[in-house]
Amino acid sequence: MELDKLHKKLVAVAQANPPGNGVPYAFEKRIMARLAAHAVVDVWTLYGRWLWRAVTPCFSVMAGLAIWVLVTMPSEPDPHSLEQALENTILSSDDVSGE
Amino acid sequence: MEPSDAELIAAVRKGDVAQFEPLITRYQPRVFATARRYARREDEVQDIVQEVFIKAFQKLDSFRAEAPFEHWLMRLAVRTCYDFLRVHQRNRETTLTELSDPEVDWLERFAAAPTQDHEGGDAARALVERVLTQLSPEARLIITLLEIEDRSVKEIAELTGWSVPLVKVRAFRARAQMRKILETMTREKFL
Repeated sequence: MELDKLHKKLVAVAQANPPGNGVPYAFEKRIMARLAAHAVVDVWTLYGRWLWRAVTPCFSVMAGLAIWVLVTMPSEPDPHSLEQALENTILSSDDVSGE
Repeated sequence: MEPSDAELIAAVRKGDVAQFEPLITRYQPRVFATARRYARREDEVQDIVQEVFIKAFQKLDSFRAEAPFEHWLMRLAVRTCYDFLRVHQRNRETTLTELSDPEVDWLERFAAAPTQDHEGGDAARALVERVLTQLSPEARLIITLLEIEDRSVKEIAELTGWSVPLVKVRAFRARAQMRKILETMTREKFL
């Protein structure tokens, strides 16, 4: 059998018989009803969308605070004050018990 | 005077959901015709059309109005039909041996006189549907768009989102696949 001719013949048959474009009665109403149902569920979608939008500002604030802490923190802690604080803390219990 | 697509879309974007209904009414015949190319059962066709319009509504914000709304909607329709084909890929191996008597008669008449017009439009249409059902989703989409709807490769690339070279490669493979199916079908019946 001549397959190329059969191929062309079948394509020609399909071209000669395009599908109908008929629409069921009030089909658009059905879609609108579905859209309304989707709108109720979409509250959660909106909530999720807002959460995602909040990610960038939250990261910006976090990064800003981190930079601020790094800038304002002294580069090296004062050894004297640390030593003094440690001594005060340890000896304070002796002072209390000595009294 | 009826509002234009752009006016209706702008109203929907502002929150007036009811303005989407005229858009559905305007374009549903075309979407139904497209869906009927890929699905046979009417309930499947309706599901596809419904999905197309729901997607269109949800993605309306991404419509940039660079091309007409109809083109954008038809791209959505073709991609939804392709998804449908991929999900509903039926058992494609079994149906070739189950040709009906009218289909076999039509093939016999064709084998006897390939160039003549043959009666039996229903049998021929059933054969077309049978062959298309055997094709892979990509092949069916390509054969439908390229050969049956007579669209250009560039148009198909725009509709499917595939690159032009990919469309050409898939068209080549689709024709080869169709030839193989026809070969199997006729070998089983006429050899």
